[in-house]
Amino acid sequence: MSTPSAGQRFIRGILPENPVYRQMLGLCATLAVTNNLKSAVTMGAAVLFVLVCANLMVSLIRHLLTPHLRIVIFTLTIATFVTVADRLLAAFLYPMSKALGPYIPLIIVNCIIICRCEVCAAKQGPLTAVADALGQSIGFTLALVSLAAVREILGTGMWFGFRVLPAAWPDWVIMVLPPGAFLTFGLLLGLTNWISAQRAGKEEA
Amino acid sequence: MPPAVATIDTASPNRSWRDNALLQGWLVLLLAIVFGALLAGVQTALGPAIADNKRNETLSRVPQLIPPPDTAATSAQLEVDTRMLPVSSGGRTAVYRIHRASRDDELAGWVVQVAGQGYADRIEVLLGLSPAADVITGLFVLDQKETPGLGAKIAEAPWRGQFAGKPAALPLEVIKGGGASGNQIDAITGATISSRAVTDIVNRTLADVRDQLATDAGKAAP
Repeated sequence: MSTPSAGQRFIRGILPENPVYRQMLGLCATLAVTNNLKSAVTMGAAVLFVLVCANLMVSLIRHLLTPHLRIVIFTLTIATFVTVADRLLAAFLYPMSKALGPYIPLIIVNCIIICRCEVCAAKQGPLTAVADALGQSIGFTLALVSLAAVREILGTGMWFGFRVLPAAWPDWVIMVLPPGAFLTFGLLLGLTNWISAQRAGKEEA
Repeated sequence: MPPAVATIDTASPNRSWRDNALLQGWLVLLLAIVFGALLAGVQTALGPAIADNKRNETLSRVPQLIPPPDTAATSAQLEVDTRMLPVSSGGRTAVYRIHRASRDDELAGWVVQVAGQGYADRIEVLLGLSPAADVITGLFVLDQKETPGLGAKIAEAPWRGQFAGKPAALPLEVIKGGGASGNQIDAITGATISSRAVTDIVNRTLADVRDQLATDAGKAAP
């Protein structure tokens, strides 16, 4: 099996190997911050920043890694860039930083990032690692936005805080509460699986 | 043969220094120092901006909680002095952050920043009081994690607006079913606990700081 090229890495992260819908990684953040689109997009951007920086850093030092110390180095790298992202948000987007609360620092333990360091950045060059990081974080952001779009409009009748549905819409409050996250995620996951099953069926025929 | 085994264990050329944990971890140590320096730099650069954000978030609310000047002609800006006021009563100590608002060196009102337990998590509020600390001039919820759609309504203007104009002398009382008057506050339907939590915070704050503020109001500016 040959290693995927930069272009393949990028494309795969978006849909074929989508971190949320295919790899089922980073679900804690996914469920927690998707009750409105603003938080979802901010979270996606924070993960993009951390993943690109961490993948690039790990890729540059990949020849120096030793098998038994690599996880320590991944964690150290990720924690550093997450802290930078957290401080940047607090300085320039203070209301978002407050709204996301502990979920920004918790990116440190988000499995998507350590997974990409291990699978791609520790084995391939900087260009491929950055392409992989971009693909995976765009895939993650798309997944967050898809969940948030459903939850915010059903729960509050709004998108990005602007009213979309008429004021007569009876807000389904449950959609912005934790149960709404599970319901929406389950339904969307089922939908993506159904679509790929349909497409696989067509290819066979 | 035993001597031969001993030579393999100790005299192997790679053995003695390569197993040293510090040497093996050189990259970890180096990265820790580099990243530590990077984070120190980021904190030094952004720390003041973050502290400003926190302070401004509170101070930007103060004017909304202080009644406008009696004469419309006054265009003097509000000046805000902040101090901490620890109050001990009944075996517990609470610390209140008191913002003293003045216009042209004349006391315009007080804004007390205080936090208490809500239904879900800590609720932090700003409570506006008249200069003599006898009337509530406004309430603002700075931070809360109550249930969206129910308890979270404590942060919305229609509910928190009820506090403005209430007398500070009597404890406020939460009633269900609407039609609150005097020292009563209407509970939010489906969120009586959140409503009561905020009202309790207000009552406790009034009991703790009212006398102190009324005394301070008589004195000259600090």
